[in-house]
Amino acid sequence: MTDAHVSNAPSAKPAPHVKENAIISFKGVTKRFGKMVAVDNVNLDVREGEFFALLGPSGCGKTTLLRMLAGFETPSEGKILIDGKDVAALPPNKRPVNMVFQSYAVFPHMKVSDNVAYGLKMDGVESGEIKKRVEEALELVKLDTLGDRMPDQISGGQRQRVALARALVKRPRVLLLDEPLSALDAKLRDQMRSELTSLQEKVGITFIMVTHDQDEALAIATRCAVMNRGVLTQVATPSDLYEFPNSRFVADFVGSVNMFEGTLAEDEPGHALVRVPELGAAGVYLDHGVTGARGSTVWVALRPEKIEMHKRADGSTAMKMEDAPQGTNVVPGIIRDIVYLGSETNYEVELEGGRRIKTFRSNLTRYDQEDFTWDEPVWLAWHACSPAVLLS
Amino acid sequence: MADQGLTSVPGLGGGKREPKEKPGPLEYLRRWPLRLMVGATLVFLYLPLITLMIFSFNTSRRNVVWQGFTFDWYEKAFNNESLLQAFVNSLTIAFLCTVISVILGALAAVMLWRFKFPGKTVVEGSMALPIVVPEICMGVAMLVFFARVMPWPMGMPWPLNLGAITIAHVSFAFPFVATVVRARLASFNRELEEAAKDLGASEWRTFWDVLVPHMQPGLIAGALLAFTLSLDDFVITFFTAGPDTVTFPVKVYSMLRFSVTPEVNAASTILIVVTVILTAVGLQMQNNEPKDKKA
Ligand SMILES: Nc1ncnc2c1ncn2[C@@H]1O[C@H](COP(=O)(O)OP(=O)(O)O)[C@@H](O)[C@H]1O
Ligand SMILES: [Mg+2]
Repeated sequence: MTDAHVSNAPSAKPAPHVKENAIISFKGVTKRFGKMVAVDNVNLDVREGEFFALLGPSGCGKTTLLRMLAGFETPSEGKILIDGKDVAALPPNKRPVNMVFQSYAVFPHMKVSDNVAYGLKMDGVESGEIKKRVEEALELVKLDTLGDRMPDQISGGQRQRVALARALVKRPRVLLLDEPLSALDAKLRDQMRSELTSLQEKVGITFIMVTHDQDEALAIATRCAVMNRGVLTQVATPSDLYEFPNSRFVADFVGSVNMFEGTLAEDEPGHALVRVPELGAAGVYLDHGVTGARGSTVWVALRPEKIEMHKRADGSTAMKMEDAPQGTNVVPGIIRDIVYLGSETNYEVELEGGRRIKTFRSNLTRYDQEDFTWDEPVWLAWHACSPAVLLS
Repeated sequence: MADQGLTSVPGLGGGKREPKEKPGPLEYLRRWPLRLMVGATLVFLYLPLITLMIFSFNTSRRNVVWQGFTFDWYEKAFNNESLLQAFVNSLTIAFLCTVISVILGALAAVMLWRFKFPGKTVVEGSMALPIVVPEICMGVAMLVFFARVMPWPMGMPWPLNLGAITIAHVSFAFPFVATVVRARLASFNRELEEAAKDLGASEWRTFWDVLVPHMQPGLIAGALLAFTLSLDDFVITFFTAGPDTVTFPVKVYSMLRFSVTPEVNAASTILIVVTVILTAVGLQMQNNEPKDKKA
């Protein structure tokens, strides 16, 4: 909330099927288990057609929020609206939402096709129609050849597809997915990520996915909500979450970050300056104003890939980033650690005060990783628009 | 002893086997005291049964010497009206007891597993009571109960006259069923139940479509237990049986008091065969159950 910059449209994923109406609304929803507050006064609108992600560390209340939506838990306070209607009185089997459970919960004693047909049978759909729709659903998740197998004769990834088909075949208004990818191995997870996205686009159903994996949320979702201890801290598009976090928690949880504590020294509409003791005398210069009281404590979040690294021969003066005044946004340091990751190299640079900073450098040519070595003196510099200033 | 197959260590290359290696901790069959024990167990467990079966085909009236092969005793047993009646009584009681115990036991197990209610621990503890109370005490208690507290009407037509014994059998058999089913329920994934409801099933449909199939192996095991417990119960039955409601074990006991004839052997052999077949069928049904892995 502190940044004057607010993202503009190009950062959002093109999502033509997203409509304006809120298909799901949480209004002041709180859930207590005894004294423990699992979900704390959540207000949230999910639009029709969105692929929405609920992101947060384990135990922050994501599953509880989802289960309240599905009807397995009742809110202690507040209302949940689906299509504008309060669903408090509806039991799970009457709600127009379906869930893919964390354990997939595929019925072990039923064939794959019977698993998928189950929901339609419960709805009293006639058998010819059931057969047709089950086939379609199995085809949709690429399981059309495995309909006659028992669940213990297929792999974990295939079981998940059964759970997906079983929920989608009912054509719910909203599909809920609880940590859908967490039980898969890394390779399958990547594949399922893109499959989930294209599946969602194909069926045009609103998806709400719970995950603790920020990469997953950023990669899949059209919009994310970050939760911390039951509280929604930020709801934004993936790129806004990453580039414009509204709190230290979000900045730290989503991606990697260097966080500095400082005081707001200057705050004009056109620029701001934050004094950060750890970064030396000059401070952090920003090319936009922030909304904070002068002299108040603020935090500066700086992503590692937004820091440039330059050689610092003995005695050479600080080079300056073109958009910041002389002396700001440049600090001297010494490389203490190098991790070569192929596509990029991660450096850990020790500043004069002893604070270490992470910086990532893309390997643009095959020789880039040879540019810097251990214990080499360097300058670190960043643009005036790169750091995010956080008030909390 | 031809024990090479059990003791050879796989993967010792070149066929150069160490002649004498110390037996591993789980290689029971290489330690002679344990071998002896296994052997003794088999002998004392099965030899009497096998002897009993063999001598049911013996021509001699006496059980000690083999004289020749015959089916006479089976014929005799089948022509013995009261023995046959006892046999039918036993099977009927066992069947009724099984059905009632499985239903009661399963319901008790589900209740204890699912719900929290005041006095739950007391109920759980009292369920185990029939398992631990000495049978003779149960027998006397049943006798007093059916004599004084709730007399079962006399002279009822078959099979209603078996009511008292059936009730007595159910009272000690259903806790076993409940225990087995409860153990099975512990491995139930609650998300399966929620998935069914999520897909539109009512509570009742969920119970039948998801919970019962999961309980099935426990139900079968419990049914087997109840059936065999009822079939071979002597003590409690002895105290509750009237003159016209004699069961097979009670009848055999009364026959033995006069003389041990191969007729008893024949009847016992039939009973053993029936039990073994039923057990095999039950185990087969359990094995056919798909293994339910959690994802
Ligand atoms: N049925 C329940 N009874 C008591 N506490 C619960 C229950 N379900 C969840 N909780 C608690 O609520 C908190 C949030 O849980 P959950 O929503 O599962 O978190 P997440 O899915 O984000 O990991 C946790 O601390 C958890 O222990
Ligand atoms: Mg969870």
